[in-house]
Amino acid sequence: MIGIREKTILSISVFSFFFAAILIAGSLIKEDSLYVELSNIFAPPGGGHIFGTDWVGRDMLVRTVKGLSLSMKIGLLCSVASSLIAMVLGVAAPLLGGKVDIFISWLIDFVLSIPHTLAIILISIACGGGLQGIVIGVTATHWTSLTRVIRAEVMQIREAEYTKLSRRFGKGNLFIAKEHVLPHIIPQLVIGTVLIFPHAILHEASVTFLGFGLPAHEPAIGVILSESMKYLTSGKWWLAFFPGISLIAVSMMVNSIGKNIERLIDPKTAYR
Amino acid sequence: MRLNAENISFRYGEERYILKDVNFSVGSGEVVGLTAPSGFGKTTLGKILAGYQRPESGRVTIDGAEIKSKGYHPVQLIFQHPEKAVNPKWKMRKVLAETEMPSRELLEAMGIQNGWLDRWPSELSGGELQRFCVTRALSEKTKFLIADEMTTMLDAITQAQIWNTVLGYARLHKIGVVVISHDQPLLERICDRIVNLTACSG
Amino acid sequence: MKQILTVQNLGISFSQYMKGLRRRSLKVISNLDIELHEGEILAIVGASGSGKSLLAGAILGILPENAALEGEIYYEGQLLSQKDKEKIRGKEIALIPQSVNYLDPLQKVGRQIGISIQKNGGFRTGGSDESRDKTIEHDLPKDKVIENILQKYGLDKAVADYYPFQLSGGMARKVLLATALTSGAKVIIADEPTPGLDEPSLNEVLKDFRGLADDGCSILMITHDIEAALKIADKVAVFYAGTTLEVANTRDFDGGDSSSGDGLLRHPYSKALNNARPNVGFLPSEGSQPFPDNLPKGCPFSDRCVMRTEECEKELPAFREIRGGKVRCIHAT
Repeated sequence: MIGIREKTILSISVFSFFFAAILIAGSLIKEDSLYVELSNIFAPPGGGHIFGTDWVGRDMLVRTVKGLSLSMKIGLLCSVASSLIAMVLGVAAPLLGGKVDIFISWLIDFVLSIPHTLAIILISIACGGGLQGIVIGVTATHWTSLTRVIRAEVMQIREAEYTKLSRRFGKGNLFIAKEHVLPHIIPQLVIGTVLIFPHAILHEASVTFLGFGLPAHEPAIGVILSESMKYLTSGKWWLAFFPGISLIAVSMMVNSIGKNIERLIDPKTAYR
Repeated sequence: MRLNAENISFRYGEERYILKDVNFSVGSGEVVGLTAPSGFGKTTLGKILAGYQRPESGRVTIDGAEIKSKGYHPVQLIFQHPEKAVNPKWKMRKVLAETEMPSRELLEAMGIQNGWLDRWPSELSGGELQRFCVTRALSEKTKFLIADEMTTMLDAITQAQIWNTVLGYARLHKIGVVVISHDQPLLERICDRIVNLTACSG
Repeated sequence: MKQILTVQNLGISFSQYMKGLRRRSLKVISNLDIELHEGEILAIVGASGSGKSLLAGAILGILPENAALEGEIYYEGQLLSQKDKEKIRGKEIALIPQSVNYLDPLQKVGRQIGISIQKNGGFRTGGSDESRDKTIEHDLPKDKVIENILQKYGLDKAVADYYPFQLSGGMARKVLLATALTSGAKVIIADEPTPGLDEPSLNEVLKDFRGLADDGCSILMITHDIEAALKIADKVAVFYAGTTLEVANTRDFDGGDSSSGDGLLRHPYSKALNNARPNVGFLPSEGSQPFPDNLPKGCPFSDRCVMRTEECEKELPAFREIRGGKVRCIHAT
């Protein structure tokens, strides 16, 4: 019989393998492998092109993989940057307390109160658009939830009896932060980073789709989707369908990796 | 040495006073029971004595001098629920060593077996954990011990074992013990005198 | 008296992960037996880790997924399957849980008490015994019923509008009791109902239990508080390291004292437990309960027992009837 831990690890490994495979495969695809084949435009899925071809005869599978890998790299960058912000602010707020805490809490509420997509578009444009704009835009909007989680966790640990006892034993802030707080928030941080990723990648794609993100010549998934809209009315459904499904599949995959890691780390479920 | 609480008043915000002008005192080597119905601030007084809470007015002194808020606090509090008083991410050996590694004799007297030291808190029962919490608090620098319902969650044998060791240690090292509990038979069994908090207010 | 709940040879093991992918099956409970009769209060006493609370989980079918169950549980003579347990829990068998964490944090207290009324379409009405419920009226609207039951425990009716986090420890305990009392169940399992209560509330609760039992309800009181148990229980089952060592009558606990340590109890552990009570001998017998992964092969108490012989370590003694009680000890007389 295979237990929960085996299942969890298996699903994490399979998904991580897929993730890495797309990332690497996408990076290996050079621009010139996306050759134009005007004799074979708008080929529906099947035969030689399982995702079909586009309006200049390029293979949609190759384009999708390439687009996904670019979006995934941006997603990775954004989620790591977001968690770093979350860690710093989430620990600083309760430990420094007072006005710092009030300000950070206000900032979280402020950022959360603006619709994500709108905020990303505004920040992205303000930062000069393109790759740089979209990365800053997504990062600047995705640190909030994790910051809240970390802040709450740190506050709880600060108020825990074992931390208060530690103070009565004469231990200082540094000891408490390192020995009592850190072991609790590192797992949160890892899970948080993984779980931010699906949001980041979807937001990047949607903003690019709307034309405010990556420029049209980049092979990003958002660009592919936005192009496909032009042909959707003429029945070329595969241009949008397969890239869209792949994007969602990647998001769900990473989400599942995150949830599974959570299950492994959480002592409530880890030893079952 | 004498631990004194002088004219202690305490309340949360603007609510009614939980403690009003309370005076309380315990000497070295003395075992004092502290009892009162729920809501009369037994636990709060314990926390004030051990420096967990600041009184609104009044002061806590040892031989007339106020206790420093930094460094090792000479008045140590033992909580009712040991599972909350140990970091779940620490192994028991680390938990014990947070003050100073206790002597082999003390560990044996407390009934702590060697094999327990390498276990996680979640693998031990409440009775076993409480032995650790008590042992940890019995360092050389502890002069007074506040036991807030220390053995309420434990079975009779474990309760008798823990108290037996604690009282022996306290007698030997001249530690003053405050026993907060509503278990009258227990208080009568172990205390030199019993104070009803309702009679302490000015 | 009719037997209402019987647990025979109950065993519970947990499949657990150790480091990495190594798994082990940890047998936490090995030989639990109890019999609960109609109108009886059976107290289950033992140290933490003796398996008391797991028994409640086993009867109600609320053990975690990784737990495996052996043995039989009968309710009114019928063997209970997991499905049966799900069907009758909350209706026939109610639980008074250990902590306020069992309340829904997002629902007002009053509504949560109300749920158990609704589910059973009134409570303690008709049925076998009209006199069953004297304290609570049935034909009243639900609000009124909730108000009455709160009042009964000296809680303001405003408490119905509180959320669980607003309750103090003692109040929470009373609310938990109230939810079970309104359920109209024939069997109530109370898991550590006494800690956190001061003397007057404790006596009120104990009086209620006794009253319920006298009206025909059966109560399984799981506790480490022998004093409370002895005040109201008819029988006391002593658990140790996942095994029922003795089922004694309450009066057997009288007359233990520091010199003889005997009283009428049968098992050396029960005697030690009794002699450790502050108002009996306060005797700290040595040693501690063994871990489930490190149990002695024979009697689980053998490593601490003063009467131990070689035979004790060979196999777990079977239950024997002695002086109107049951005991697992080959030396008991």
